[in-house]
Amino acid sequence: MNKEKKLILEALENPDVLQRKTTRRDAVRGGGIFGAGVALATMPVLLAGLTRRAFAQSALPNSIINVLNFALVLEYLESDFYVAGLAAPGLIPSSDRAVFEQVSKHETAHIAFLEGVLGDKKAIRPTFDLTGRGAFPDVLTNYQTFLAVSQGLEDTGVRAYKGQAGAVASNDDILTAALRIHSVEARHASEVRRLRGQKGWITGNQTDVAALAPTYAGEQNTTHLGIDTASFQGVDAATEAFDEPLDLESVLAIAGTFGTGPIG
Amino acid sequence: MFDKSNTGDEELRFLSRLAQANGRRTFLKWSGVTLAVTAIGCSADDKLQPSGRSPLAGGAEPVSLGTGDFLVLNFAYALEQLEAAFYSKVIESKYSGITAEETELLDDVRKHELIHRDFFKAALGPNAIPALEVDFTSVDFASRQSVLETARTFEDLGVSAYNGAGKYLENLDYLLVAGKIVSVEARHAAAIRDLLAPKTAAYAGDDVVNEQGLDAVRTPAEVFALADPFITTEIDGSTLPTT
Repeated sequence: MNKEKKLILEALENPDVLQRKTTRRDAVRGGGIFGAGVALATMPVLLAGLTRRAFAQSALPNSIINVLNFALVLEYLESDFYVAGLAAPGLIPSSDRAVFEQVSKHETAHIAFLEGVLGDKKAIRPTFDLTGRGAFPDVLTNYQTFLAVSQGLEDTGVRAYKGQAGAVASNDDILTAALRIHSVEARHASEVRRLRGQKGWITGNQTDVAALAPTYAGEQNTTHLGIDTASFQGVDAATEAFDEPLDLESVLAIAGTFGTGPIG
Repeated sequence: MFDKSNTGDEELRFLSRLAQANGRRTFLKWSGVTLAVTAIGCSADDKLQPSGRSPLAGGAEPVSLGTGDFLVLNFAYALEQLEAAFYSKVIESKYSGITAEETELLDDVRKHELIHRDFFKAALGPNAIPALEVDFTSVDFASRQSVLETARTFEDLGVSAYNGAGKYLENLDYLLVAGKIVSVEARHAAAIRDLLAPKTAAYAGDDVVNEQGLDAVRTPAEVFALADPFITTEIDGSTLPTT
Protein backbone atom coordinates (compact mmCIF):
# COMPACT_ATOMS: atom_id res chain seq x y z
CA MET A 1 0.00 0.00 0.00
CA ASN A 2 1.44 3.36 -0.94
CA LYS A 3 1.94 5.98 1.66
CA GLU A 4 -0.62 8.37 0.26
CA LYS A 5 -3.39 5.83 0.25
CA LYS A 6 -2.46 4.66 3.71
CA LEU A 7 -2.83 8.20 4.94
CA ILE A 8 -6.24 8.55 3.36
CA LEU A 9 -7.45 5.30 4.79
CA GLU A 10 -6.14 6.18 8.21
CA ALA A 11 -7.84 9.51 7.96
CA LEU A 12 -11.09 7.88 6.98
CA GLU A 13 -10.88 5.72 10.05
CA ASN A 14 -10.64 8.79 12.21
CA PRO A 15 -14.06 10.43 12.47
CA ASP A 16 -12.66 13.67 13.81
CA VAL A 17 -10.71 14.46 10.73
CA LEU A 18 -13.57 14.27 8.29
CA GLN A 19 -16.53 15.08 10.48
CA ARG A 20 -15.13 18.48 11.22
CA LYS A 21 -16.94 21.24 9.44
CA THR A 22 -14.03 22.31 7.37
CA THR A 23 -13.61 23.72 3.97
CA ARG A 24 -11.72 21.57 1.55
CA ARG A 25 -8.77 23.90 1.86
CA ASP A 26 -8.83 23.48 5.60
CA ALA A 27 -8.96 19.76 5.19
CA VAL A 28 -5.94 19.85 2.98
CA ARG A 29 -4.06 22.22 5.22
CA GLY A 30 -5.16 20.99 8.60
CA GLY A 31 -5.45 17.28 8.03
CA GLY A 32 -2.68 17.00 5.56
CA ILE A 33 -4.71 14.08 4.30
CA PHE A 34 -4.78 14.62 0.66
CA GLY A 35 -1.39 16.06 -0.05
CA ALA A 36 -0.47 19.17 -1.90
CA GLY A 37 -0.93 17.68 -5.33
CA VAL A 38 -4.72 17.55 -5.23
CA ALA A 39 -6.55 19.85 -7.56
CA LEU A 40 -8.80 21.77 -5.24
CA ALA A 41 -11.16 22.62 -8.03
CA THR A 42 -12.14 19.03 -8.34
CA MET A 43 -12.13 17.93 -4.72
CA PRO A 44 -15.73 17.27 -4.34
CA VAL A 45 -18.47 18.13 -2.15
CA LEU A 46 -19.03 14.40 -2.63
CA LEU A 47 -16.57 13.79 0.11
CA ALA A 48 -18.69 15.67 2.60
CA GLY A 49 -21.75 13.82 1.40
CA LEU A 50 -20.24 10.44 1.76
CA THR A 51 -18.78 10.96 5.17
CA ARG A 52 -21.62 12.80 6.83
CA ARG A 53 -23.35 9.75 8.18
CA ALA A 54 -20.44 7.45 8.10
CA PHE A 55 -19.44 7.33 11.70
CA ALA A 56 -22.39 6.10 13.67
CA GLN A 57 -22.05 2.82 15.47
CA SER A 58 -22.02 -0.22 13.32
CA ALA A 59 -20.90 -3.78 13.18
CA LEU A 60 -18.67 -2.78 10.31
CA PRO A 61 -15.52 -0.80 10.99
CA ASN A 62 -15.54 2.81 9.86
CA SER A 63 -12.88 2.08 7.28
CA ILE A 64 -15.23 -0.30 5.48
CA ILE A 65 -18.30 1.89 5.92
CA ASN A 66 -16.43 4.72 4.27
CA VAL A 67 -15.37 2.60 1.35
CA LEU A 68 -18.94 1.40 0.88
CA ASN A 69 -20.22 4.95 0.99
CA PHE A 70 -17.56 5.94 -1.49
CA ALA A 71 -18.86 3.19 -3.78
CA LEU A 72 -22.45 4.21 -3.11
CA VAL A 73 -21.83 7.78 -4.20
CA LEU A 74 -20.30 6.54 -7.45
CA GLU A 75 -23.33 4.32 -7.98
CA TYR A 76 -25.64 7.27 -7.31
CA LEU A 77 -23.81 9.19 -10.01
CA GLU A 78 -23.96 6.32 -12.49
CA SER A 79 -27.60 5.62 -11.77
CA ASP A 80 -28.63 9.26 -12.18
CA PHE A 81 -26.69 9.35 -15.42
CA TYR A 82 -28.44 6.34 -16.98
CA VAL A 83 -31.89 7.24 -15.70
CA ALA A 84 -31.50 10.68 -17.26
CA GLY A 85 -30.09 9.22 -20.46
CA LEU A 86 -32.89 6.71 -20.88
CA ALA A 87 -35.45 9.44 -20.20
CA ALA A 88 -33.96 11.92 -22.68
CA PRO A 89 -36.12 11.85 -25.81
CA GLY A 90 -34.31 10.61 -28.89
CA LEU A 91 -30.94 10.32 -27.17
CA ILE A 92 -30.37 6.56 -27.14
CA PRO A 93 -31.25 4.84 -30.41
CA SER A 94 -33.75 2.04 -30.04
CA SER A 95 -31.10 -0.43 -31.26
CA ASP A 96 -28.98 0.29 -28.18
CA ARG A 97 -31.61 0.75 -25.50
CA ALA A 98 -31.46 -2.84 -24.27
CA VAL A 99 -27.79 -2.35 -23.42
CA PHE A 100 -28.40 0.74 -21.32
CA GLU A 101 -31.54 -0.57 -19.69
CA GLN A 102 -29.38 -3.42 -18.39
CA VAL A 103 -26.66 -1.06 -17.17
CA SER A 104 -29.24 1.12 -15.46
CA LYS A 105 -30.89 -1.87 -13.84
CA HIS A 106 -27.56 -2.95 -12.39
CA GLU A 107 -26.59 0.46 -11.06
CA THR A 108 -29.97 0.73 -9.35
CA ALA A 109 -29.48 -2.75 -7.91
CA HIS A 110 -26.02 -1.80 -6.65
CA ILE A 111 -27.52 1.18 -4.86
CA ALA A 112 -30.15 -0.98 -3.20
CA PHE A 113 -27.51 -3.50 -2.22
CA LEU A 114 -25.07 -0.98 -0.76
CA GLU A 115 -27.83 0.94 1.01
CA GLY A 116 -29.01 -2.32 2.48
CA VAL A 117 -25.56 -3.12 3.84
CA LEU A 118 -25.03 0.39 5.18
CA GLY A 119 -28.45 0.87 6.72
CA ASP A 120 -28.63 4.22 8.46
CA LYS A 121 -24.93 4.73 7.84
CA LYS A 122 -25.52 5.35 4.18
CA ALA A 123 -24.32 8.56 2.63
CA ILE A 124 -26.73 11.35 1.76
CA ARG A 125 -27.54 11.16 -1.92
CA PRO A 126 -25.88 14.09 -3.67
CA THR A 127 -27.24 15.91 -6.68
CA PHE A 128 -25.09 15.82 -9.77
CA ASP A 129 -24.30 18.01 -12.74
CA LEU A 130 -24.29 15.41 -15.50
CA THR A 131 -22.60 17.83 -17.89
CA GLY A 132 -19.49 17.54 -15.73
CA ARG A 133 -19.61 21.22 -14.83
CA GLY A 134 -19.91 22.05 -18.50
CA ALA A 135 -17.24 19.71 -19.84
CA PHE A 136 -19.93 17.69 -21.65
CA PRO A 137 -22.69 20.25 -22.35
CA ASP A 138 -24.60 18.07 -24.82
CA VAL A 139 -24.37 14.84 -22.82
CA LEU A 140 -28.15 14.37 -22.82
CA THR A 141 -28.76 15.49 -26.41
CA ASN A 142 -25.79 14.04 -28.31
CA TYR A 143 -25.54 10.26 -28.22
CA GLN A 144 -21.81 10.22 -28.92
CA THR A 145 -21.19 12.46 -25.92
CA PHE A 146 -23.45 10.30 -23.79
CA LEU A 147 -21.49 7.21 -24.85
CA ALA A 148 -18.16 8.85 -24.08
CA VAL A 149 -19.25 9.89 -20.60
CA SER A 150 -20.72 6.44 -20.02
CA GLN A 151 -17.43 4.83 -20.96
CA GLY A 152 -15.59 7.16 -18.63
CA LEU A 153 -17.91 6.41 -15.72
CA GLU A 154 -17.72 2.65 -16.20
CA ASP A 155 -13.96 2.50 -16.65
CA THR A 156 -13.59 4.74 -13.60
CA GLY A 157 -15.93 2.49 -11.65
CA VAL A 158 -13.83 -0.55 -12.44
CA ARG A 159 -10.71 1.22 -11.23
CA ALA A 160 -12.44 2.56 -8.13
CA TYR A 161 -13.66 -0.80 -6.89
CA LYS A 162 -10.32 -2.39 -7.69
CA GLY A 163 -8.52 0.30 -5.76
CA GLN A 164 -10.56 -0.42 -2.62
CA ALA A 165 -10.38 -4.22 -2.65
CA GLY A 166 -7.54 -4.24 -0.16
CA ALA A 167 -9.35 -1.80 2.11
CA VAL A 168 -12.30 -4.18 2.56
CA ALA A 169 -10.29 -7.40 2.49
CA SER A 170 -10.69 -7.90 6.24
CA ASN A 171 -14.35 -8.79 5.66
CA ASP A 172 -14.81 -11.75 3.32
CA ASP A 173 -18.46 -11.04 2.56
CA ILE A 174 -17.88 -7.41 1.73
CA LEU A 175 -14.80 -8.20 -0.33
CA THR A 176 -16.63 -10.83 -2.36
CA ALA A 177 -19.61 -8.54 -2.94
CA ALA A 178 -17.29 -5.73 -4.03
CA LEU A 179 -15.51 -8.07 -6.44
CA ARG A 180 -18.84 -9.16 -7.86
CA ILE A 181 -19.89 -5.55 -8.47
CA HIS A 182 -16.44 -4.79 -9.86
CA SER A 183 -16.73 -7.41 -12.60
CA VAL A 184 -20.21 -6.21 -13.53
CA GLU A 185 -18.82 -2.70 -14.00
CA ALA A 186 -16.14 -4.21 -16.24
CA ARG A 187 -18.78 -5.94 -18.34
CA HIS A 188 -20.56 -2.60 -18.73
CA ALA A 189 -17.32 -0.86 -19.64
CA SER A 190 -16.47 -3.42 -22.29
CA GLU A 191 -19.90 -3.20 -23.88
CA VAL A 192 -20.04 0.59 -23.93
CA ARG A 193 -16.52 0.84 -25.32
CA ARG A 194 -17.44 -1.53 -28.14
CA LEU A 195 -20.62 0.43 -28.88
CA ARG A 196 -18.29 3.37 -29.45
CA GLY A 197 -16.12 1.38 -31.83
CA GLN A 198 -13.36 1.00 -29.24
CA LYS A 199 -11.88 -2.25 -28.03
CA GLY A 200 -13.53 -3.63 -24.93
CA TRP A 201 -10.18 -3.38 -23.12
CA ILE A 202 -7.92 -0.43 -22.42
CA THR A 203 -4.77 -0.06 -24.49
CA GLY A 204 -2.07 1.94 -22.75
CA ASN A 205 -3.58 5.07 -21.25
CA GLN A 206 -5.27 5.90 -24.52
CA THR A 207 -8.51 7.79 -24.76
CA ASP A 208 -10.06 9.59 -27.70
CA VAL A 209 -11.74 12.05 -25.33
CA ALA A 210 -9.32 14.51 -23.81
CA ALA A 211 -11.56 15.25 -20.84
CA LEU A 212 -11.42 11.59 -19.83
CA ALA A 213 -7.62 11.48 -19.57
CA PRO A 214 -7.64 11.25 -15.72
CA THR A 215 -9.71 8.07 -15.98
CA TYR A 216 -6.92 6.35 -17.89
CA ALA A 217 -3.88 7.77 -16.13
CA GLY A 218 -1.56 4.93 -15.16
CA GLU A 219 -3.36 2.28 -17.21
CA GLN A 220 -0.20 1.87 -19.28
CA ASN A 221 1.52 -0.02 -16.46
CA THR A 222 2.94 -3.40 -17.48
CA THR A 223 4.76 -4.39 -14.27
CA HIS A 224 2.96 -6.43 -11.62
CA LEU A 225 4.55 -8.02 -8.56
CA GLY A 226 7.84 -6.85 -10.00
CA ILE A 227 7.35 -8.78 -13.22
CA ASP A 228 7.40 -6.76 -16.42
CA THR A 229 4.94 -8.39 -18.80
CA ALA A 230 5.73 -6.10 -21.73
CA SER A 231 7.96 -8.63 -23.44
CA PHE A 232 5.44 -11.49 -23.36
CA GLN A 233 3.13 -10.44 -26.19
CA GLY A 234 4.10 -6.84 -26.80
CA VAL A 235 3.43 -3.69 -24.85
CA ASP A 236 -0.09 -2.99 -26.06
CA ALA A 237 -1.40 -6.42 -25.16
CA ALA A 238 0.39 -6.24 -21.81
CA THR A 239 -1.39 -3.03 -20.90
CA GLU A 240 -4.71 -4.47 -22.02
CA ALA A 241 -4.29 -7.68 -20.05
CA PHE A 242 -4.26 -5.92 -16.67
CA ASP A 243 -6.63 -3.19 -15.50
CA GLU A 244 -5.09 -0.79 -13.05
CA PRO A 245 -6.59 0.43 -9.77
CA LEU A 246 -7.23 4.06 -9.03
CA ASP A 247 -6.88 5.48 -5.56
CA LEU A 248 -9.74 7.05 -3.70
CA GLU A 249 -8.43 10.54 -4.09
CA SER A 250 -8.14 10.31 -7.88
CA VAL A 251 -11.59 8.78 -8.20
CA LEU A 252 -13.09 11.52 -6.08
CA ALA A 253 -11.39 14.08 -8.27
CA ILE A 254 -13.01 12.54 -11.34
CA ALA A 255 -16.42 12.11 -9.71
CA GLY A 256 -16.16 15.60 -8.30
CA THR A 257 -16.32 17.06 -11.78
CA PHE A 258 -19.96 15.93 -11.75
CA GLY A 259 -20.63 17.58 -8.41
CA THR A 260 -22.84 20.63 -7.96
CA GLY A 261 -21.21 22.28 -5.00
CA PRO A 262 -18.95 25.31 -4.98
CA ILE A 263 -15.47 24.86 -6.35
CA GLY A 264 -12.29 25.73 -4.55
CA MET B 1 -25.52 -11.74 4.93
CA PHE B 2 -25.53 -11.90 1.16
CA ASP B 3 -27.55 -13.87 -1.25
CA LYS B 4 -25.11 -16.26 -2.76
CA SER B 5 -27.45 -17.20 -5.56
CA ASN B 6 -25.21 -18.81 -8.05
CA THR B 7 -26.21 -17.60 -11.43
CA GLY B 8 -24.53 -19.09 -14.43
CA ASP B 9 -26.62 -22.23 -14.64
CA GLU B 10 -26.43 -21.96 -18.39
CA GLU B 11 -22.65 -22.27 -18.22
CA LEU B 12 -23.01 -25.18 -15.88
CA ARG B 13 -25.21 -27.04 -18.31
CA PHE B 14 -22.96 -26.17 -21.21
CA LEU B 15 -19.89 -27.37 -19.38
CA SER B 16 -21.57 -30.61 -18.41
CA ARG B 17 -22.53 -31.16 -21.99
CA LEU B 18 -18.98 -30.52 -23.12
CA ALA B 19 -17.60 -32.70 -20.40
CA GLN B 20 -19.87 -35.54 -21.44
CA ALA B 21 -18.80 -35.08 -25.01
CA ASN B 22 -15.26 -35.36 -23.76
CA GLY B 23 -15.77 -39.08 -23.33
CA ARG B 24 -12.31 -39.64 -24.63
CA ARG B 25 -10.85 -37.75 -21.75
CA THR B 26 -11.18 -40.55 -19.28
CA PHE B 27 -9.37 -42.89 -21.59
CA LEU B 28 -6.68 -40.31 -22.13
CA LYS B 29 -6.15 -39.79 -18.44
CA TRP B 30 -5.95 -43.45 -17.70
CA SER B 31 -3.66 -44.20 -20.57
CA GLY B 32 -1.56 -41.14 -20.02
CA VAL B 33 -2.07 -40.09 -23.59
CA THR B 34 -2.27 -36.36 -23.51
CA LEU B 35 -2.21 -33.34 -25.68
CA ALA B 36 0.50 -30.88 -24.92
CA VAL B 37 -0.71 -27.37 -24.18
CA THR B 38 1.94 -25.90 -26.38
CA ALA B 39 1.26 -28.23 -29.24
CA ILE B 40 -2.52 -27.98 -28.95
CA GLY B 41 -2.69 -31.34 -30.60
CA CYS B 42 -6.36 -31.70 -31.30
CA SER B 43 -5.97 -32.75 -34.89
CA ALA B 44 -7.86 -35.62 -36.42
CA ASP B 45 -4.69 -37.67 -36.38
CA ASP B 46 -4.44 -37.39 -32.65
CA LYS B 47 -7.98 -38.54 -32.27
CA LEU B 48 -7.42 -41.53 -34.42
CA GLN B 49 -4.05 -42.58 -33.18
CA PRO B 50 -3.92 -42.06 -29.45
CA SER B 51 -1.98 -45.24 -29.03
CA GLY B 52 0.93 -43.69 -30.85
CA ARG B 53 2.00 -42.07 -27.58
CA SER B 54 3.62 -43.91 -24.76
CA PRO B 55 1.71 -44.11 -21.54
CA LEU B 56 3.12 -42.47 -18.46
CA ALA B 57 4.68 -44.68 -15.89
CA GLY B 58 1.98 -46.09 -13.67
CA GLY B 59 1.39 -44.57 -10.25
CA ALA B 60 2.38 -41.02 -11.22
CA GLU B 61 1.35 -38.62 -8.48
CA PRO B 62 -1.32 -36.06 -9.32
CA VAL B 63 -0.12 -32.46 -9.51
CA SER B 64 -0.29 -30.70 -6.15
CA LEU B 65 -1.49 -27.10 -6.19
CA GLY B 66 0.38 -26.21 -3.04
CA THR B 67 -0.94 -24.41 0.01
CA GLY B 68 -1.99 -20.94 1.15
CA ASP B 69 -1.77 -18.17 -1.42
CA PHE B 70 0.22 -20.46 -3.74
CA LEU B 71 -2.77 -22.79 -3.85
CA VAL B 72 -5.00 -19.96 -5.05
CA LEU B 73 -2.42 -18.63 -7.50
CA ASN B 74 -1.78 -22.08 -8.96
CA PHE B 75 -5.52 -22.54 -9.29
CA ALA B 76 -5.63 -19.30 -11.29
CA TYR B 77 -2.55 -20.37 -13.25
CA ALA B 78 -4.30 -23.61 -14.23
CA LEU B 79 -7.34 -21.70 -15.48
CA GLU B 80 -5.19 -19.29 -17.43
CA GLN B 81 -3.32 -22.20 -19.00
CA LEU B 82 -6.64 -23.65 -20.07
CA GLU B 83 -7.84 -20.38 -21.56
CA ALA B 84 -4.52 -19.69 -23.27
CA ALA B 85 -4.53 -23.12 -24.88
CA PHE B 86 -8.13 -22.71 -25.99
CA TYR B 87 -7.63 -19.36 -27.73
CA SER B 88 -4.37 -20.51 -29.28
CA LYS B 89 -6.31 -23.31 -30.89
CA VAL B 90 -9.08 -20.89 -31.94
CA ILE B 91 -6.59 -18.68 -33.76
CA GLU B 92 -4.65 -21.63 -35.15
CA SER B 93 -7.76 -23.10 -36.76
CA LYS B 94 -10.23 -20.27 -37.26
CA TYR B 95 -13.88 -21.14 -37.63
CA SER B 96 -15.50 -20.77 -40.98
CA GLY B 97 -16.91 -17.34 -41.76
CA ILE B 98 -14.87 -15.58 -39.09
CA THR B 99 -14.85 -11.82 -39.64
CA ALA B 100 -11.86 -9.51 -39.41
CA GLU B 101 -13.35 -7.94 -36.28
CA GLU B 102 -13.84 -11.33 -34.65
CA THR B 103 -10.32 -12.40 -35.55
CA GLU B 104 -8.86 -9.26 -34.00
CA LEU B 105 -10.97 -9.62 -30.89
CA LEU B 106 -10.17 -13.29 -30.35
CA ASP B 107 -6.49 -12.74 -31.07
CA ASP B 108 -6.44 -9.96 -28.47
CA VAL B 109 -8.02 -12.30 -25.97
CA ARG B 110 -5.50 -14.99 -26.86
CA LYS B 111 -2.64 -12.61 -26.15
CA HIS B 112 -4.16 -11.52 -22.85
CA GLU B 113 -4.57 -15.10 -21.68
CA LEU B 114 -1.03 -15.98 -22.74
CA ILE B 115 0.19 -13.00 -20.76
CA HIS B 116 -1.83 -14.02 -17.71
CA ARG B 117 -0.46 -17.54 -18.00
CA ASP B 118 3.14 -16.47 -18.33
CA PHE B 119 2.71 -13.89 -15.59
CA PHE B 120 1.50 -16.50 -13.10
CA LYS B 121 4.30 -18.82 -14.08
CA ALA B 122 6.85 -16.09 -13.42
CA ALA B 123 5.15 -14.95 -10.22
CA LEU B 124 4.97 -18.46 -8.80
CA GLY B 125 8.53 -19.33 -9.79
CA PRO B 126 9.56 -22.61 -8.18
CA ASN B 127 6.08 -22.97 -6.64
CA ALA B 128 4.36 -23.12 -10.01
CA ILE B 129 2.56 -26.24 -11.15
CA PRO B 130 3.87 -27.68 -14.44
CA ALA B 131 2.46 -26.92 -17.87
CA LEU B 132 -0.85 -28.72 -18.10
CA GLU B 133 -2.12 -30.84 -20.91
CA VAL B 134 -5.59 -30.12 -22.15
CA ASP B 135 -8.34 -31.78 -24.11
CA PHE B 136 -10.74 -29.81 -26.27
CA THR B 137 -12.10 -32.70 -28.29
CA SER B 138 -15.61 -31.68 -27.31
CA VAL B 139 -15.19 -28.33 -29.05
CA ASP B 140 -15.89 -28.01 -32.77
CA PHE B 141 -13.29 -25.42 -33.71
CA ALA B 142 -14.77 -25.13 -37.21
CA SER B 143 -18.05 -23.90 -35.75
CA ARG B 144 -18.51 -20.27 -34.74
CA GLN B 145 -21.24 -21.21 -32.31
CA SER B 146 -19.21 -23.94 -30.65
CA VAL B 147 -16.12 -21.75 -30.31
CA LEU B 148 -17.93 -18.68 -29.04
CA GLU B 149 -20.12 -20.61 -26.61
CA THR B 150 -17.05 -22.32 -25.22
CA ALA B 151 -15.26 -18.98 -24.99
CA ARG B 152 -18.22 -17.44 -23.20
CA THR B 153 -18.29 -20.33 -20.78
CA PHE B 154 -14.58 -20.13 -20.02
CA GLU B 155 -14.68 -16.35 -19.53
CA ASP B 156 -17.71 -16.46 -17.25
CA LEU B 157 -16.13 -19.33 -15.38
CA GLY B 158 -12.95 -17.30 -14.96
CA VAL B 159 -14.88 -14.31 -13.64
CA SER B 160 -16.76 -16.42 -11.12
CA ALA B 161 -13.51 -18.14 -10.14
CA TYR B 162 -11.62 -14.94 -9.34
CA ASN B 163 -14.68 -13.50 -7.60
CA GLY B 164 -14.87 -16.56 -5.39
CA ALA B 165 -11.14 -16.97 -4.77
CA GLY B 166 -10.33 -13.38 -3.84
CA LYS B 167 -11.18 -13.86 -0.17
CA TYR B 168 -8.65 -16.67 0.11
CA LEU B 169 -5.70 -14.48 -0.83
CA GLU B 170 -3.94 -13.32 2.30
CA ASN B 171 -1.37 -11.16 0.56
CA LEU B 172 -3.04 -7.92 -0.55
CA ASP B 173 -0.59 -7.53 -3.44
CA TYR B 174 -1.85 -10.83 -4.82
CA LEU B 175 -5.44 -9.74 -4.26
CA LEU B 176 -4.78 -6.59 -6.26
CA VAL B 177 -3.26 -8.55 -9.13
CA ALA B 178 -6.26 -10.88 -9.14
CA GLY B 179 -8.43 -7.78 -9.33
CA LYS B 180 -6.39 -6.45 -12.25
CA ILE B 181 -6.99 -9.69 -14.13
CA VAL B 182 -10.61 -10.45 -13.27
CA SER B 183 -11.93 -7.22 -14.74
CA VAL B 184 -10.18 -8.04 -18.01
CA GLU B 185 -11.80 -11.47 -17.96
CA ALA B 186 -15.13 -9.73 -17.44
CA ARG B 187 -14.39 -7.44 -20.39
CA HIS B 188 -13.71 -10.55 -22.48
CA ALA B 189 -16.89 -12.23 -21.27
CA ALA B 190 -18.99 -9.21 -22.22
CA ALA B 191 -17.38 -8.89 -25.65
CA ILE B 192 -17.86 -12.57 -26.47
CA ARG B 193 -21.41 -12.55 -25.22
CA ASP B 194 -22.03 -9.55 -27.45
CA LEU B 195 -20.68 -11.44 -30.45
CA LEU B 196 -23.25 -14.15 -29.72
CA ALA B 197 -26.13 -11.73 -29.10
CA PRO B 198 -25.19 -8.24 -30.34
CA LYS B 199 -26.56 -5.16 -28.60
CA THR B 200 -28.74 -7.05 -26.19
CA ALA B 201 -28.58 -7.39 -22.41
CA ALA B 202 -26.57 -10.59 -22.85
CA TYR B 203 -23.14 -8.99 -22.24
CA ALA B 204 -24.11 -8.84 -18.57
CA GLY B 205 -27.15 -11.06 -18.77
CA ASP B 206 -29.48 -12.12 -16.03
CA ASP B 207 -27.99 -15.60 -16.32
CA VAL B 208 -24.73 -14.34 -14.79
CA VAL B 209 -25.64 -11.14 -12.92
CA ASN B 210 -28.25 -11.60 -10.21
CA GLU B 211 -31.06 -9.28 -9.15
CA GLN B 212 -28.71 -7.56 -6.70
CA GLY B 213 -26.45 -6.62 -9.57
CA LEU B 214 -23.77 -9.08 -8.42
CA ASP B 215 -21.78 -11.14 -10.90
CA ALA B 216 -21.51 -14.91 -10.61
CA VAL B 217 -19.27 -16.40 -7.94
CA ARG B 218 -18.05 -19.95 -7.50
CA THR B 219 -15.92 -21.65 -4.91
CA PRO B 220 -12.52 -22.86 -6.10
CA ALA B 221 -13.73 -26.46 -5.73
CA GLU B 222 -16.78 -25.75 -7.90
CA VAL B 223 -14.63 -24.12 -10.56
CA PHE B 224 -12.18 -26.97 -10.50
CA ALA B 225 -14.91 -29.53 -11.01
CA LEU B 226 -16.11 -27.65 -14.07
CA ALA B 227 -12.65 -27.05 -15.55
CA ASP B 228 -11.10 -30.42 -14.80
CA PRO B 229 -12.77 -32.30 -17.67
CA PHE B 230 -10.75 -30.13 -20.05
CA ILE B 231 -7.47 -30.74 -18.27
CA THR B 232 -5.84 -34.04 -19.04
CA THR B 233 -3.08 -33.78 -16.47
CA GLU B 234 -4.16 -35.24 -13.16
CA ILE B 235 -4.47 -32.48 -10.56
CA ASP B 236 -5.17 -32.99 -6.90
CA GLY B 237 -8.07 -30.59 -6.39
CA SER B 238 -8.99 -31.97 -2.99
CA THR B 239 -7.30 -29.14 -1.13
CA LEU B 240 -9.27 -26.39 -2.87
CA PRO B 241 -11.72 -24.44 -0.67
CA THR B 242 -15.33 -25.60 -0.91
CA THR B 243 -16.97 -22.52 0.58
